[in-house]
Amino acid sequence: MFEFCADPKTIEGLSWLSCYLTTPKHMEFYFSFLTVMALLLVTAPAALAFGFGGAMAARSHIAPIRWLGKIYTAMVRGVPDIVFFLFFVIALDQGIEWLMHQVRCPDWSEPIRQGLEFRVCPAAKVPPNNASLFVHQSYAFLLAVLTFAIVFGAFAANVLKGAMDAVPRAQIETAEAYGLSPRQTFRRILVPQMWTYALPGLSNLWLILIKATPLLFLLGIQDIVYWARELGGSKSARFDYPHGDWRLYYFLGLLVFYLALTRVSEIGLGRLTRRLSHGQATRAGETLRKDAA
Amino acid sequence: MTCWDTVQAYWLRSLGFGENALPLTNISLCDQFVLIGSGMLWNLYFGLLALSLGFVFAVGLAMAKASRHKWIRKPAEWYIFIFRGSPLFIQFFLVYFFITTVLRGSVDVFGLFTLPTAWLANAWAGAALTLFLNTSAYTAEIFYGALMTVPKGDLEAADAYGITGRDRFFRIEWPTMLRLGWPAYTNEAIFLFHATTLVFFSGFPAFQQRGDALYYANYFADKTFNPFIPYPIVAFYFIILTLTLIGIFGLVNNRLNRHLPSHQKKRIRLRPQLIR
Repeated sequence: MFEFCADPKTIEGLSWLSCYLTTPKHMEFYFSFLTVMALLLVTAPAALAFGFGGAMAARSHIAPIRWLGKIYTAMVRGVPDIVFFLFFVIALDQGIEWLMHQVRCPDWSEPIRQGLEFRVCPAAKVPPNNASLFVHQSYAFLLAVLTFAIVFGAFAANVLKGAMDAVPRAQIETAEAYGLSPRQTFRRILVPQMWTYALPGLSNLWLILIKATPLLFLLGIQDIVYWARELGGSKSARFDYPHGDWRLYYFLGLLVFYLALTRVSEIGLGRLTRRLSHGQATRAGETLRKDAA
Repeated sequence: MTCWDTVQAYWLRSLGFGENALPLTNISLCDQFVLIGSGMLWNLYFGLLALSLGFVFAVGLAMAKASRHKWIRKPAEWYIFIFRGSPLFIQFFLVYFFITTVLRGSVDVFGLFTLPTAWLANAWAGAALTLFLNTSAYTAEIFYGALMTVPKGDLEAADAYGITGRDRFFRIEWPTMLRLGWPAYTNEAIFLFHATTLVFFSGFPAFQQRGDALYYANYFADKTFNPFIPYPIVAFYFIILTLTLIGIFGLVNNRLNRHLPSHQKKRIRLRPQLIR
């Protein structure tokens, strides 16, 4: 990066450190922080959408849909989320390839599961065998996002269903008395009011989501945990920048990153809670009204 | 090999007894059920140990956080913030690297004697320690919250009767704190058991392939390339464990609430607001 970094063996002290921290590998390490943020920003709305669907399904009047919704919301309670992470990443991958196989190679005679192997026809490989590394990595990231969205969607569905049930019954009854259809009641009365009830749960969920992001490492993504392990491991004199086992310090860095992210989120969510309480028929909303008056 | 033979060969495999070689080919459903069940022993060990020791430490922490003295309160607040604000996965790595790079096998205590620390790098000690530290923080926050919601009237009544100090804590605050915090504590216990599955994916090596339930499930998923059998088996075991936990904690909850009229009793509800 800097000119004096040309021969790292000759420099010492601060200049050594500045050169060390700007190697291309370190740049990839810094970039992986953006990967984590990207995951958070994409997953949160996706999980919310899954959760909304799940909550609606769990409240449906049609029994099979309701059962599906209930199973979806119940599944995260009894089973560790990491089981789902490990499961969905392979299951989604195989599921997509199986679908592609059915579409692209309808007259393929060999069975897909041969003993211990999973074999689809070459045309059904996703991503294609000759795809670039970038495509492979993006695909892996996409699968990870989908996995996170499914699992956290189930958590969100729990929260949203609770929030929908918490909206005072009188509000719905009044809407019905004014002749609003069930759909109108849902859209104009229930949904606008449920957020204040959902926010404590959703805030908590956001914090949990932040703390779940290092699990990306287990899904085979080159995330911050991967790079911290790679870069921190001891480097012999063969390397340009030899050093001992620094993984402890790298992970301390990650710890600080997560603590900061948590703290900032807590402050932000506190403000949001205040705003959403405005004009609500809850104690928080009442306090705000009295303060203003 | 019949299924009964498999049970005899593998049911204690996770502890290092019985057949040494894991099944490689012709992996049957029975193999998977038995080995994953064997791995559950580790999940139970980690969970029970961290839960019981963590309970004691957490009560101390919660009282420290509620303390009026700044020098007692601040360390407890920081401890709770650090362990609740960062991922358990990172904490596992940190503890492991701390043990292996800073302690390095033994510690010199003021030149008097050397304390061997190599054993800490094993999962049974190091991971259990991490889980203990982690769950203490979460539990302390729950109990602190409960301590803060002890009804004012109860404390005033204690004052009026001249109950102070130790008596006031053990006879008034402690039972109420437990009663109010118990539903949330139940959740914490469940999620602690879930968190034990992370151990062998986070730096702590599985010595001679002695791992927990998820370790074996992952092994089978890699070997058979079929995730649709081993992971649902883990799920099955964990659902049973969760239901058992809810049952046991429910009994304790009933006992804690036995003096209340039925409509005031706090029910245990698995509310997602309470998850960590």
